[in-house]
Amino acid sequence: MTTTTPAAPKTAKTQSTEYFEVGAEIKDAKAPGGAIEQKWSKRKFEAKLVNPSNRRKMTVIIVGTGLAGGAAAASLGEAGYNVQNFCYQDSPRRAHSIAAQGGINAAKNYRNDNDSTFRLFYDTVKGGDYRSRETNVYRLAEVSSNIIDQCVAQGVPFAREYGGLLDNRSFGGVQVQRTFYARGQTGQQLLIGAYQALERQVAAGTVTMHTRHEMLEIIIVGGRARGIITRDMVTGEVESHFADVVVLATGGYGNVFFLSTNAMGCNVTANWRAHRKGAYFGNPCYTQIHPTCIPVHGETQSKLTLMSESLRNDGRIWVPKRAEDCEKDPRQIAEGDRDYYLERIYPAFGNLVPRDIASRQAKNMCDEGRGVGPAVKEFDAEGNERFVRRGVYLDFAEAIGRIGKDGVAARYGNLFDMYAQITGEDPYETGMRIYPAVHYTMGGLWVDYDLSSNVPGLYVTGEANFSDHGANRLGASALMQGLADGYFVLPNTINDYLAGSSKFEKVDETHPAAVEALESVTDRIAKLLAVNGTRTVDSFHKELGNIMWEYCGMYRTEAGLIKAIGLIRKLRESFWKDVKVSGVNEDFNQTLERAGRVVDFMELGELMCVDALHRRESCGGHFRAESQTEDGEALRHDDEYAYVAAWEYTGTAQTPILHKEPLEYEFIELKQRSYK
Amino acid sequence: MAITGLILIGFLLMHMYGNLKMFLGAESFDHYAEWLKGDILYPLIPKGWFIWLFRAFMVAAIVLHIYSAVTLWSRAVAANPTAYAAKKKLAQTYSARTMRWGGVILAGLLIFHLAQFTVKAALVNGPASASSYDMVIGEFSVWWMVLVYALWIVTVCMHVRHGLWSAFATLGANTSAKARAVLNGCAWAIALLLYIGFMIMPVAVLFGWIRS
Amino acid sequence: MNITLRIWRQANASAEGRMVTYQVQDVSADMSFLEMLDLLNEDLTLKGEEPVAFDHDCREGICGMCGVVINGTAHGRGESPVPTTTCQLHMRSFEDGATIDVEPWRAGPFPVIKDLAVDRSAFDRIIQAGGFISANTGAAPEAHAAPVGKLQADRAFDAATCIGCGACVAACPNSSAMLFTAAKITHLAMLPQGQPERYSRIKTMIAVHDEEGFGGCTNIGECAEVCPKQIPFDTISQLNRDLIASLFKKDGK
Repeated sequence: MTTTTPAAPKTAKTQSTEYFEVGAEIKDAKAPGGAIEQKWSKRKFEAKLVNPSNRRKMTVIIVGTGLAGGAAAASLGEAGYNVQNFCYQDSPRRAHSIAAQGGINAAKNYRNDNDSTFRLFYDTVKGGDYRSRETNVYRLAEVSSNIIDQCVAQGVPFAREYGGLLDNRSFGGVQVQRTFYARGQTGQQLLIGAYQALERQVAAGTVTMHTRHEMLEIIIVGGRARGIITRDMVTGEVESHFADVVVLATGGYGNVFFLSTNAMGCNVTANWRAHRKGAYFGNPCYTQIHPTCIPVHGETQSKLTLMSESLRNDGRIWVPKRAEDCEKDPRQIAEGDRDYYLERIYPAFGNLVPRDIASRQAKNMCDEGRGVGPAVKEFDAEGNERFVRRGVYLDFAEAIGRIGKDGVAARYGNLFDMYAQITGEDPYETGMRIYPAVHYTMGGLWVDYDLSSNVPGLYVTGEANFSDHGANRLGASALMQGLADGYFVLPNTINDYLAGSSKFEKVDETHPAAVEALESVTDRIAKLLAVNGTRTVDSFHKELGNIMWEYCGMYRTEAGLIKAIGLIRKLRESFWKDVKVSGVNEDFNQTLERAGRVVDFMELGELMCVDALHRRESCGGHFRAESQTEDGEALRHDDEYAYVAAWEYTGTAQTPILHKEPLEYEFIELKQRSYK
Repeated sequence: MAITGLILIGFLLMHMYGNLKMFLGAESFDHYAEWLKGDILYPLIPKGWFIWLFRAFMVAAIVLHIYSAVTLWSRAVAANPTAYAAKKKLAQTYSARTMRWGGVILAGLLIFHLAQFTVKAALVNGPASASSYDMVIGEFSVWWMVLVYALWIVTVCMHVRHGLWSAFATLGANTSAKARAVLNGCAWAIALLLYIGFMIMPVAVLFGWIRS
Repeated sequence: MNITLRIWRQANASAEGRMVTYQVQDVSADMSFLEMLDLLNEDLTLKGEEPVAFDHDCREGICGMCGVVINGTAHGRGESPVPTTTCQLHMRSFEDGATIDVEPWRAGPFPVIKDLAVDRSAFDRIIQAGGFISANTGAAPEAHAAPVGKLQADRAFDAATCIGCGACVAACPNSSAMLFTAAKITHLAMLPQGQPERYSRIKTMIAVHDEEGFGGCTNIGECAEVCPKQIPFDTISQLNRDLIASLFKKDGK
């Protein structure tokens, strides 16, 4: 990869449109000064401590049991706190961290290839397109080695070499081999490790597990987060739970697009409810789009499946040169009639360009009418229905010629089998069809260096916070961040807050704030059940997804985003008039669960569009039409947008307030990316 | 279950060996029958005691085997309160499926077998003769008795087929897919050996190849 | 495609259940089985009927949340050419006009919550009884301190791929959870880190397995046949070997 200095910005207007107001700047003051290598040690030393014998008197609520939540619950349980852990699934082992395939980075330098904490830090900041906070990312790189040690001690069966030592591979386009992996199931194995540590604490009595419980509201008392309201998803009972501190480890919100690689149950409700009660939402529009997913087969599709990015190492991506060839069997399209567009546009990187570029160019090809596979219904910028083929070929004929079918099978056999099972096609014969899909959300609740939100006593970890990945996440670093937050960061910062908990006000069910929170939940449920309209919950969710994907996906324009905001507002009105939620609250009612989530997704969707609208730059995974170079590549504006956008809630359909946290780069020099 | 099962299979092999002495003639077989009741292990134990100790041991094995089976069965019944409306078998063999009811049928016929040849209270062909050899020939000269035994030994061998594999698996011998194939092969071989070994003598009697 | 479904409907754990027949029209062969159920539920909702409750989450075959018995086999293994979870079974495995029976996992320790959803928390309690390595956060030695031979590592991995879906129990004529328990025992027994608790773990896990009401294993093999992750059947023998060995150890007595 070559780098150039930042180009001069084309536009230089500071906006305060009718869609938002600009509030006071914020600054994260928790990270101490001094050399970057010293900051985390210093912070740990300065943090107030809690006497081990006092810890069991302190209650910690943790929502979520994925890598960030499960690891935190286990670690805080081991430390001796009284942990109350919640998840919406039937077991903590089901959290969606389980689906991560690729691996986890750590700066072990086991390959003796110049890796170091600083290089992992550098690669992560660069991968995030210079929109993440240096201090947090350095700490992430610093604790990465401890994560591997911890996981191995728990019995995580990482891939090993014949000598019995751990194997590494390179991942996500970086030039060192620092990724630890467990076949294609790294997330599963890491999560099972955390789950086992968690169950050990459940047996020890330090952690109480509440499965099939969904958090629907947060209880704020005297400005502090002091509890949550949950719904028991089996009986419908709405309950209040109290604590000295609340941790949200509730994952990402990719399902705002309806179709994503997220699990069906992934939702933004816990985060959104906290946001409504005062927690800032950081960079909501930062979404990672993954280029190699199995395309949509039709309107009834419920989710998308990721195929590992490693396929691009041997597969060649192409579409027919002529639109009229798109219906043909790919084997009948002559070599000369194929457009290997990534190799054509980016001769130096070819099929291995970064995720955002591979994704965007696939979209461009399909927009030109040269996509392949089934034509699926969608809506154009004017809202008209149209049918477009959304898929490009990922072809292995060349690789099969070079290393044989067996060679390809040895490298990618399980992925080929997975593809064949889902599509019913034989990828050895026809190649694969792929298309980008929403995969990860870098945005999330704003947190400081201690992972505390701006609401005292509300901590946010893992994908649920915005902190470490900037505008685009480096491959194999989501697992790293979840476990870093859960095992090593939160357990060393939360004590600083809990040390003062003896002075906190006493709260129980009768406290007005708790009563208000509980009533707001029961009211909302009653309201949802009372509409009794004519449209299903999923039909609204799909429509929201279509709007988000069309206007707030890979390619964004000012006009499109403004249009999207209008469409979402209309959709929300129509939802509250016309949705049909069957059944009653006092039951296992999956329609009711989904309805509540869609309500929050609609509000989030609007904020995402506002955030995308205000950020008039192309950055990380996002291409903003108004900000491109002469040859159509992404153009970042560091002078105007080198900040975290932290949004304050002011009311449904009210203009939110933007607080900027300036990003200062002391240790890394900002550079514009170029892959040509 | 596994250990008592293996003891019982061991007994069957020994019993089969003893039966085959029929082919060596009356003297040999009768001597064998008398020897069992005679001075085995004398003077460690008094004469004639061995057969009773051995019988007690076999009864204990059978009782323990049945006790384990009943425990497993009742646990399975308790763990299956509702039956499937549709159920399809993918892996299980007929032998595996019929272990329980097969075991009951087998045990029922065992009682008859003991009443017939040990207690000599249920002989179908005349009063008990002095010679065990003659008694066996007498009983197996009846064609339907041979048929009853042919069917009974089928149930025994099916029980042995799954039982032997299962006993080794329970004792930890199923270490790989290959080990599983080997164990199942052995189970088949021993089941077939038992069937042939047990049935060849009654058939020989029926067709007159062995005569008094 | 048009499909006739016969689905187990049961209002709650204490209610009587029964099979109810539904028609689903316009099913595409590319749909997953659960997308076909989504289609049925959309239709039922619009008609004002109660949708069918079923558990599911990742829909990519890894979380272990989904699982129903289809035409008499767990996850529809009898219909699929390859081992599969319910979410990865596709409608192209069925003929147009087919009648499909859909039932929940049936086992005493997995009580029905509603329709096709069951309570599998017994699995969590088996893990709580010892399915872990006691390694507190921060106390871990350097990752390369204990090498693991590749054979051992691979065998540990094969066992560790269990997703805890419960298909093994659903398929077992004895409703035994032995394959699930054996997978965890084998995973941890193969690793040097798992040795200190190896023989105490097995006693406590088996005790809880039995207390939860799962049946005993009679080596029939239905469990491994339906397992979406192909947990080897021989892990059960590994468990038995360790159990026998544990009888001669003082650990956990």
